[in-house]
Amino acid sequence: MELCDYTIHELHEMMKRREITSRQITESVLSRIDQVESRIRAYITVLREEALEQAGTIDQKLQKGEIPLTPLTGIPIAVKDLICTRGVLTTCAAKILHNFIPPYDATVIARLKQQNIVMVGKTNLDQFGMGSSTENSYYGITRNPWDLSRVPGGSSGGSAAAVIAGEAIGALGTDTGGSIRQPSSFCSTTGLKPTYGRVSRYGLIAYASSLDQIGPIAKDVTDCAILLNAIAGYDPKDSTSVNLPTPDYTRALVPDITGLKIGIPEEYFIAGMDGEVEEKIWEAVRVLEKLGASSEKVSLPHTEYAVAAYYIIAPAEASSNLARYDGVKYGYRADKYTDLIDMYMTTRSQGFTPEVKRRIMLGTYSLSSGYYDAYYLKAQKVRTLIKRDFEEAFKKYDVLIAPVSPTPAFKIGEKTEDPLQMYLSDIFTIPINLAGVTALSIPCGFTRDGLPIGLQIIGKHFGEETILKVAYAFEQNTEHHKKKPPL
Amino acid sequence: MKISIEQVEHVAKLARLHLSEEEKQEMSEKLSQILTYMDKLNELNTEGILPTSHVVEIKNVFREDKVEPSLPEDQALQNAPDRVNGYFRVPRVIE
Repeated sequence: MELCDYTIHELHEMMKRREITSRQITESVLSRIDQVESRIRAYITVLREEALEQAGTIDQKLQKGEIPLTPLTGIPIAVKDLICTRGVLTTCAAKILHNFIPPYDATVIARLKQQNIVMVGKTNLDQFGMGSSTENSYYGITRNPWDLSRVPGGSSGGSAAAVIAGEAIGALGTDTGGSIRQPSSFCSTTGLKPTYGRVSRYGLIAYASSLDQIGPIAKDVTDCAILLNAIAGYDPKDSTSVNLPTPDYTRALVPDITGLKIGIPEEYFIAGMDGEVEEKIWEAVRVLEKLGASSEKVSLPHTEYAVAAYYIIAPAEASSNLARYDGVKYGYRADKYTDLIDMYMTTRSQGFTPEVKRRIMLGTYSLSSGYYDAYYLKAQKVRTLIKRDFEEAFKKYDVLIAPVSPTPAFKIGEKTEDPLQMYLSDIFTIPINLAGVTALSIPCGFTRDGLPIGLQIIGKHFGEETILKVAYAFEQNTEHHKKKPPL
Repeated sequence: MKISIEQVEHVAKLARLHLSEEEKQEMSEKLSQILTYMDKLNELNTEGILPTSHVVEIKNVFREDKVEPSLPEDQALQNAPDRVNGYFRVPRVIE
């Protein structure tokens, strides 16, 4: 086992005992990148020199006692390339931002820098976060470290693949309809989507503003809690961030779930679901029951409408958010055009992938005159019904447990020709974003072919401590999270 | 819901996108397919249901009107494809 295969908290303990330096960890991560990156392609940008220099400076300052050794100090972290990093290329995996260098840091980045992390690089994604497979990128396809012929999930596929392959110790992803949890499930990482408003979106390049959240992708639950501690909290620069005190999430990590009430939403066990996935979810429920929890079925009756509502609301918001890419203020501008309007149109047509164009078209259509009430307003009302389903369920249960995805990682190219099939693969993650509640994905086993399966633990608004506690109890009694892909 | 080529052209214009004939054809097919699926929402009676645009209760958010440094001009312009004398430059719109 190399240093890059350890967790954040293990490396922190070793640094505390002065057994290792940040430079050694960073070198180990970079050497893993040298070994595997040509096959996995998790990164858009690797900050090799910068990372080594940062690590060296951190070691020196630690030596002199100039900075404190926080749980993240000196730890190499990867960042999804949808989050603004001052002075570092931020592309959203799009041609239209292929040369964009943000003049400021996102709040989450500023917060990680306060703890003196080492930023290893910017990871690949589905363009602007639009996709479930990381195939929809201007920078090529990221491959699943467990099986290179399969997708890593998406849209934070680069972050999840990097973490499980040891190309980063931890990472940030973003989740609009499942983009942290589904790749975590496909790659066997632990990923958490915070409650809407828990983490500042300032500097997160907007896809669907009422759904987007930044969250951690890590090797275990403790690392997830450590990263969440660093990024959570009110930010005056994001008026939708919520002004509530942030707890120390690592304090929630006690493996005691005696008396916990689990609801199992029956609508999440559908026809067409992979048999091995279902089997592992029930096995996980039995593990939690042995630890003192009780479970019963619950109904979330509006679940089947979530995908339709989401794929109206998210593209509508996207069509508005992506109007800013016009070839004037930043990014790509077409070489040839006849006038201003043609410059906008040619730039945008050349700068977006087909899937992004499709969502812009879908959103523009549903917001256009005569269709607004029938589509957008209707979807917003259905969103209320979906949110109420969760509110009702959480009156009775502490957490809900479900699969993350109906299948394990699918083959590259399998769903690219059929957008609706791709959208339907998000069926278990989308309702959580629509309701704005929190949920995480934790490894709960493997198929006979060795593909990871993720368990989804869903909590109420600001219920991060509860889901982390349940995940921790599960993890302490299982070994799935320790398994590494054969690279 | 069937989306005709004419409708595709209209929406593409609103969205400031050029589409090739082939793209229009594909857009018409795929959008029709997706929007047909969306019709599923009409199975639900939503009379009297308020729309949710924001999931967590937040009232208007105000802050002190404090003067703080703005982004310097050179940084604000550093990513512009074309700039001149501290301005973004675009093709001429007034003859």
